[in-house]
Amino acid sequence: MSDNLLEAIGVSKSFPGVKALSNVNLQLGRGEIHGLMGENGAGKSTLIKAITGVYPRDNGQILLDGVEIHPTSPLDAEALGISTVFQEVNLLNNLSVAENLAIGRQPTKKTGTLDWKKMNEDARRILQKFEIDIDVTELLGNYSIAIQQMVAIARALELDSKLLILDEPTSSLNLDEVEKLFKQMRRLKEEGHSIIFVTHFLDQVFEITDKITVLRNGEYVGLFNTADMTKMDLVSKLMGKEIDELHEFEKLSKEQKHKEHQEVLLETEKLGKNGYMAPIDIDIAKGDIVGLGGLLGSGRTEIAKMLFGLVHTDNGGLKIKGIHSKIRSPKQALMNQLALCPEDRKEESIIPDLSVKENIILALQVKQGWFKPLSAKKKEEIAQKYIDLLNIKTPSSEQAIKNLSGGNQQKVIVARWLATNPNVLIVDEPTRGIDVGAKTEIQKLLLKLSGEGMGVLFISSEIEEVVRCSNKVYILQDRKVVNELHDDQINEQQIMHAIAAKGDS
Amino acid sequence: MDKTKKPLPSIVWPLAALGLILLFNLIFTDGFFSITIKNGHLFGSLIDILKRCSPTMIMAVAMTYVIATSGIDISIGSILAISGSVAALLVWGGNTSYLSAGADVQPAALFFIIVVPLLVSMVLGAFNGLMVSVVGLQPFIATLILMVAGRGMAQLLTGGKVLNFSHKGFEFVGRGYLLGIPFPFIIAVLVIALAALLTKLTPMGLYIQAVGGNKTASHYSGINTRMVIFLVYIFSGFCAGIAGLILTSDITGADAGFMGLYMELDAILAVVIGGTAMSGGKYNLKGTIVGVLIIQSLTTTILTRGVPPEYTLLVKAVVVLAVLIIQSKRTSDFIEKTTAKVSKAGAA
Repeated sequence: MSDNLLEAIGVSKSFPGVKALSNVNLQLGRGEIHGLMGENGAGKSTLIKAITGVYPRDNGQILLDGVEIHPTSPLDAEALGISTVFQEVNLLNNLSVAENLAIGRQPTKKTGTLDWKKMNEDARRILQKFEIDIDVTELLGNYSIAIQQMVAIARALELDSKLLILDEPTSSLNLDEVEKLFKQMRRLKEEGHSIIFVTHFLDQVFEITDKITVLRNGEYVGLFNTADMTKMDLVSKLMGKEIDELHEFEKLSKEQKHKEHQEVLLETEKLGKNGYMAPIDIDIAKGDIVGLGGLLGSGRTEIAKMLFGLVHTDNGGLKIKGIHSKIRSPKQALMNQLALCPEDRKEESIIPDLSVKENIILALQVKQGWFKPLSAKKKEEIAQKYIDLLNIKTPSSEQAIKNLSGGNQQKVIVARWLATNPNVLIVDEPTRGIDVGAKTEIQKLLLKLSGEGMGVLFISSEIEEVVRCSNKVYILQDRKVVNELHDDQINEQQIMHAIAAKGDS
Repeated sequence: MDKTKKPLPSIVWPLAALGLILLFNLIFTDGFFSITIKNGHLFGSLIDILKRCSPTMIMAVAMTYVIATSGIDISIGSILAISGSVAALLVWGGNTSYLSAGADVQPAALFFIIVVPLLVSMVLGAFNGLMVSVVGLQPFIATLILMVAGRGMAQLLTGGKVLNFSHKGFEFVGRGYLLGIPFPFIIAVLVIALAALLTKLTPMGLYIQAVGGNKTASHYSGINTRMVIFLVYIFSGFCAGIAGLILTSDITGADAGFMGLYMELDAILAVVIGGTAMSGGKYNLKGTIVGVLIIQSLTTTILTRGVPPEYTLLVKAVVVLAVLIIQSKRTSDFIEKTTAKVSKAGAA
């Protein structure tokens, strides 16, 4: 079996309450660039952390050169010949580039003091390989994320490891830089090193990898030859749907689709931000549920943030009910009858210690302004109304929101925004991490709201949801809107085709 | 969820501690609870506690809000000194060479003696607010700047001397009595009322707790988080200014080097004893008030018990430590576990 440099057999890992990996395999040949693919929460990072010793595996074997290994830390793994560049650059911004490259193996003079000259020379030599010509005595933090990423990669390579693991190294690189990185990866491959490459960018996987391992929900889906696969195949593997099975679909609300032309509530005109999102032209009309389809990192959340004033756009503009408007802050978005249920419930939505009631009325109070406080009676009325309407399970409106389950917390956040009576409701992953019952309730609610004339922008990585609810879907790829599907065109197969379509179409 | 297992309100523990201190005095200190009337003024240990705790109380009220936004303001002792120094200067007609001024001193109008120091204090508070909310410094560091520089400024203002004065009108602020009640305590009650009004009649109270609980989520909800933080530090400066007026008026002099020294620590301590978490979020204004009373009655008790002065600080520290341990989460969890064996059924 020494054909394979690294082999993982039946690796499992559980965290309290979660099975993060179950029975996962990985076979990595020598001189091979291997794509590790999966949607969020599929277990890619967990597998990498198990291989590099960040935490021990519960079951299974990991063989390096046919010998079982049990690394106890990334440092330990490095000694075995596995070096890793994690997604977050973990170098020290307050040290120079040369120091960062030399940490742990600093050259010393005979007197035992640091040999700065040699350290800097070494650094220049190392970076030369990447055609990076920078002042190595400058602090690392003064360079762009891309350079930092390259330095991290160069450092990992310099360890002369047999195996290099790159966890989403390209997420902060531009096309040029990606090309440079790929060039180095090909060189390494020729020199006989193996690379595990994690990314969400489909084009890149097909460009650089030889083989692909797909994980889904912590389980092993399969090992595939990149050359034998189409993008369509890969997308269906990632999402867990066989294309052929996707033809027949229940439509929960046929009447939601095929609508007559309605008043446009929100319209963007080449709205974009350099290096963040290519200019987009989308519109949301009364009664629309507009879905955004695309893989993680394709720009779904970015659109939501631009519309809601959380990110300042630098080109194009947007119209609200036909009137040009500027939205530079969430407050302005709120005053323009927009609402956003953010993606990250814990970080961006709930205020844990405050009561359900306070969490519900928060945005409405902001909209009312400083000098029109809601009376205690009004607050209680509003809270009760939404607790009943959305079927929020809480002992009372005074309960701290942190004591509620995820699904109920999400409903409270939806209530916070419904209370502001928005024209357009943006929901970013409203059903992530909540149970099936609550999921259906939220989907039904969105349909009901659109039936009452609200425009909804629906962001979800669960494609069935998008299909079930939307009457229009914009397809995103690599931070661009690349396609638009309407009414009958909306089914999982079409969406997957569109997501997988060649980027430059 | 069963309503029988409602946790005790957090005010219970500070109240219990205060009760214990008073109980101790009831048993061991003669005449601690006696209140007499002399010259139409209320008199007694309890009245003394109320009077003496007023400056700390006023500052602790503001500190409660600062801490609730997950900040801290350690500059208030120095702002207090600046406020007092400015007031004393104004009493001397702004003349620093007062010692040679003789009899022709023209004090500023009482209105200015009161208002100018307060405005100066609010400007200093605004500086803190800018450093924290716009510049984005750590609150501890941001206010450390004024803690150090502020005392220096106060000493420059007074020319490094203790500015003693006599001014009938201004002396009323710290020494006067209204309806037999010490005037400083009336000011403290008014400040508490003002704070309660500002936080209850406007959404400020909600915003402070929202910003302290989750700043990102507050921003996403449209709250102007910078403005909330900015205003809270201005209020803190304002309260320190009032405390400065009271102290200066009470001792009829401004001692820039020492007045208000370490009082920010007492204010912080009172907030923590009162049950507001240093990490921010929910605040407990009533708890803070009780916390101030605990600290002051403890100090008064130690003094009236005739404990040698060199032990005072140690005894105080030991009692405060005991109070904090009693109301710590671990202790209350332990007490809940051992007393109530109600099943945990019906959790969310």
